Amino acid sequence: MDPYDSQGSTSRRRTSNLKDYFVGATPLQKRLESIRRQSSFFPSPPRRKIPQGTELQEEIDPQKVGFLLHKQWTVYSLTPLYKFSYTNFKEYSRLLSAFIAAEKQKGLAVQVGEDFNIKVIFSNLVGVRGTQRDPEAFLVQILSKSQSSREHREGRVLWTGWFCCVFGESLLETVSEDFTCLPLFLANGAESNTSLIGGWFQKTFDCCFSPLAISAFHLSWMAAMWTACEMDHYMATTEFFWSVPCSPQSLDISYAIHPEDAKALWDSVHKTPGEVTQEEVDLFMDCLYSHFHRHFRIHLSATRLVRVSTSVASAHTDGKIKILCHKYLIGVLAYMTELAIFKTE
Amino acid sequence: MLSGAPLRLAWRHRDLLEYRDQRGTYEAFVHNLGLLLFWQSLNVYTVMATPRNTRRSQLRSRISQGSDSYQTNLLAWKVKAEPGNSKCVLKDSSAVEDSTHADDQAEDDLRIAVEYFQRGPRKASLNKEKILEKRLKTLENVAWKNGLAPETIDILLNVALSGKFGNAINTRILKCMIPETLISEDSVVKAVSWLCVGKCSGNIKVLFYRWLVAMFDFIDRKKQISLLYGFFFASLQDDALCPYVCHLLYLLTKKENVKPFRVRKLLDLQVKMGMQPHLQALLSLYKFFAPTLISVSLPVRRKIYFNNSKNLWASALIAVKQRNQGAFPEPPKLILGPSKGRSLKRKWSSHSVIPALNSANIECRGKKHLSDFLRSEISLPIEQLQSFPQLLQNIHCLELPSQMISVLNSSLLLHYINCVSDEAILLRLSYWLSQTLQEECIWYNINNYEQEKEFTNFLDIVIRVQCFLQEGFYSCEAFLYKSLPLWDGFSCRSQFLQLLTWIPFISFSEVKPLFFDHLAPLFFTSTIYFKCSVLQSLTELLQNWLLWLSMDDHVQPVTSSPLETTLGGSMDSVVQLIDYVGWLSVIAIRLESNSTLLLHFILDFYEKVCNIYISYDLPILVLFPTAIFHSALLSLDASILNQLCYIIYRYRNNLTAAKKNNLLKKEKSEFSLSSKICQEFNYYLTVMVHCLWMSTPFEKGVYIDPQILENTEVTEYRNSLNLVHHPSLLSYAACFLLQESPEERTVDVSSIRGKKWNRYLDYLFSEGFQGLKLFIKSSIHCSSVS
Repeated sequence: MDPYDSQGSTSRRRTSNLKDYFVGATPLQKRLESIRRQSSFFPSPPRRKIPQGTELQEEIDPQKVGFLLHKQWTVYSLTPLYKFSYTNFKEYSRLLSAFIAAEKQKGLAVQVGEDFNIKVIFSNLVGVRGTQRDPEAFLVQILSKSQSSREHREGRVLWTGWFCCVFGESLLETVSEDFTCLPLFLANGAESNTSLIGGWFQKTFDCCFSPLAISAFHLSWMAAMWTACEMDHYMATTEFFWSVPCSPQSLDISYAIHPEDAKALWDSVHKTPGEVTQEEVDLFMDCLYSHFHRHFRIHLSATRLVRVSTSVASAHTDGKIKILCHKYLIGVLAYMTELAIFKTE
Repeated sequence: MLSGAPLRLAWRHRDLLEYRDQRGTYEAFVHNLGLLLFWQSLNVYTVMATPRNTRRSQLRSRISQGSDSYQTNLLAWKVKAEPGNSKCVLKDSSAVEDSTHADDQAEDDLRIAVEYFQRGPRKASLNKEKILEKRLKTLENVAWKNGLAPETIDILLNVALSGKFGNAINTRILKCMIPETLISEDSVVKAVSWLCVGKCSGNIKVLFYRWLVAMFDFIDRKKQISLLYGFFFASLQDDALCPYVCHLLYLLTKKENVKPFRVRKLLDLQVKMGMQPHLQALLSLYKFFAPTLISVSLPVRRKIYFNNSKNLWASALIAVKQRNQGAFPEPPKLILGPSKGRSLKRKWSSHSVIPALNSANIECRGKKHLSDFLRSEISLPIEQLQSFPQLLQNIHCLELPSQMISVLNSSLLLHYINCVSDEAILLRLSYWLSQTLQEECIWYNINNYEQEKEFTNFLDIVIRVQCFLQEGFYSCEAFLYKSLPLWDGFSCRSQFLQLLTWIPFISFSEVKPLFFDHLAPLFFTSTIYFKCSVLQSLTELLQNWLLWLSMDDHVQPVTSSPLETTLGGSMDSVVQLIDYVGWLSVIAIRLESNSTLLLHFILDFYEKVCNIYISYDLPILVLFPTAIFHSALLSLDASILNQLCYIIYRYRNNLTAAKKNNLLKKEKSEFSLSSKICQEFNYYLTVMVHCLWMSTPFEKGVYIDPQILENTEVTEYRNSLNLVHHPSLLSYAACFLLQESPEERTVDVSSIRGKKWNRYLDYLFSEGFQGLKLFIKSSIHCSSVS
């Protein structure tokens, strides 16, 4: 057992990377601290603001908003983009379109800048952010240039995707200047295109996408927050879907309420003005459950909430959302950004 | 012969037009042109002059023998041919058979053959065919057996490509152009110059290119050949040559060869010829050098791009390589990305498969800084990084991978990560790791049990990397905090516990609520094996913290840090960790009713603890809880007792050292050896000595009411815990007695005393009780004298 004695003198000695980060508050250090902080507050803060419009929202180009509303988006969380630059959109378009063309005809090389039958457009989404500190959102569109219809210069939109960060302060403060932090990515179009383009972004900006599933817990929060929104007129009924795991096919329960009834119910449980608390969310959902139980003798609390749709937006547990109301666009995105940040940390 | 020149110039002119906009290349071209003209004139000289001037040159070179120059060497060689020839005749007549002579003869035959070919076909000769065949046979035999010298190859290449003989002969000559060791670059350049003279047929050209590709690694230098890049590129137009020229270009291409006009040309060819593997290979190489000019996606399964050029000389190549072994290292094999990368069978959205190493596409990252741009010119793409010395030479100009996490699979780049101070690199790693760990974690995605294996493998890689770097990723730490509350204590257990050992040093009060409070319930409710694994991991964690602190306190202390890193604070953290493990151990020992296995793991932990003061030079001295001491002392397992003795011995050493230090330098004030620890240790020591040695177990230290002892009806309890009667040692005592007097029918262990006692001790030491030996040697002095 004597060899133990010599252990001390020959012990591994090297300078530690981490040690450097204990000295001074670098982004890495801040991230570590925020993780430790966050883990103690698991899983999410007990109160949130009811979505409101922001001044920045006024800047949004109405035509661009048209792209974003009334479309079903698959949401992903995204780690910060490394060395991304808003001034290089032209170059990115060229490279990405060549990349897509090359992938589509596997094995055949294509020259960058060649004329393909697709077109890639990168553009800014001015105003889609919560504060001035949030990096600006941007949109990527893939258009087909069909030979037959020359007169339609724009062509058919094959795929759309956009990257945004709305009230992402918690993440921003832990990111150094080489990185652009747009944790929320939304895509509409064929899954194969999403994977192609996502793959290109991953390779080019050393980032990492992952599908953002929305848990039943967060769906309840969405239901409460969106019901709480003041609306001039309601466009859709408030509707919930629950899934009961049954064999051979799962049983889905749909529960539709007139939006004004839902709002009335919310007003009756809501106490703190401008804010939504965890107790209020629980109470709101419990009221719905007990109402349903009185009529159908089914305990919805024992099933799984899979979809919520309101006049503001609708969300599916698979990570699909559709935003309906222009006024609360930012509010919806703020919550989605929060979820995405939680996922990436 | 001279008619070749205008032809070649005409071709060159065409090539020139292509180059118009490329000044640098143009200059290279002018150089090439000059070179070609030079070599052409040389060819003419050699071919025309040799037959007439043989005698004179022989004379000349006899004088200059021994000179290094290539030209004279060649001639000198020729001179030797003459006497050799006569010797050969002599030999024939005397018919002496000797192995060395046979070798000489083969050499001579070769000389004759080479001269024969060099002279060209004779107009009128009697048995012309026969002689030709004989010479060819000689040549083939030597070439395939031993290879040919650079000079011979030089001469014969000229012969084969100048079209002096017929196609069939030229083919046979070309086929035996197998080098003994190397091929001179000049020979190749000369040979290439013949290609444009129009003397050789298409088949010969094809064969020549195939030969060039096969022998590429044996050409001594490639500088001149690289200058001919434009010429080779232009040969792509020939459909028959295209595959072989592609292969050659694939071997030759450097970053500066990739130009937009060449890319255009290749794409045109691709349009014309379709999806040809050789074009794909060249295009993907171009893409690798200039990603902004070209985009190509290769089919995943394709592995072989050029399979048609080496088969002719396959066996000869192996022989040459064997001859060359040691002379120069085997050239690194260039393989295209997909063949070395694993197939990405999973969808893009799941990242368990760590991406393959690929250089960053610098142009994509914005070329705002001139320095960036300049650096990219000389930087080394990581795909070309093969060895550690290469890494050292290029460490300042490495082109880092586009996806940083791919370094996990590269042991070379991990060295780089280990010493790099660029925070962006570590951030890129940690973003990816955090996201992927969370995404892939199987106890988040309950439905994905088939992923378990993949996740385990991934964790294994991460753990390997952490061990290599000797520190934990902060992403892994965060992952532990986040996922431990949801962990079932079963999936990926070994990986999870290994991750635990790499939690970077932080204050214990911080890590306790995040980690240990979740671990404790799992620990208490799980099997003994789980408990042992946790204790083992905690031992390693302690060691990692100690190492970190011991190398750190020379730089320390930093008080401004948000984390508690003052020396005293850090020590408190370690002490708290030790106390916490002690608490876990005491409960575990009760839960598992003094299991020997568990005790082993606990004592392993204290083997680390007892030695901190000396091994790590840290002012930490923590004794084990009394419950553990008693369990170990009364254990039925001899190895536990031995381990206990060793620990007590180490404690003694550490305490003595601490006490000495305390007396010597008062300035180490933050640590003072508390008398409580000394008292406690003395208690342990006394109990052990009284039990094991003095056979007076319950008089000092542990006090037990004599009445109770009487009630147990054990009369001889005094001896019952000494080295002979201790339950774990009794069998050793019996064995010892049997060994001493094998004829004895009854074994009386109480007979071991006096001198026999000492012999018994020696017996125990020889049985491997090293801990006991150290303990007795250090703590019991008087008796060893007696």
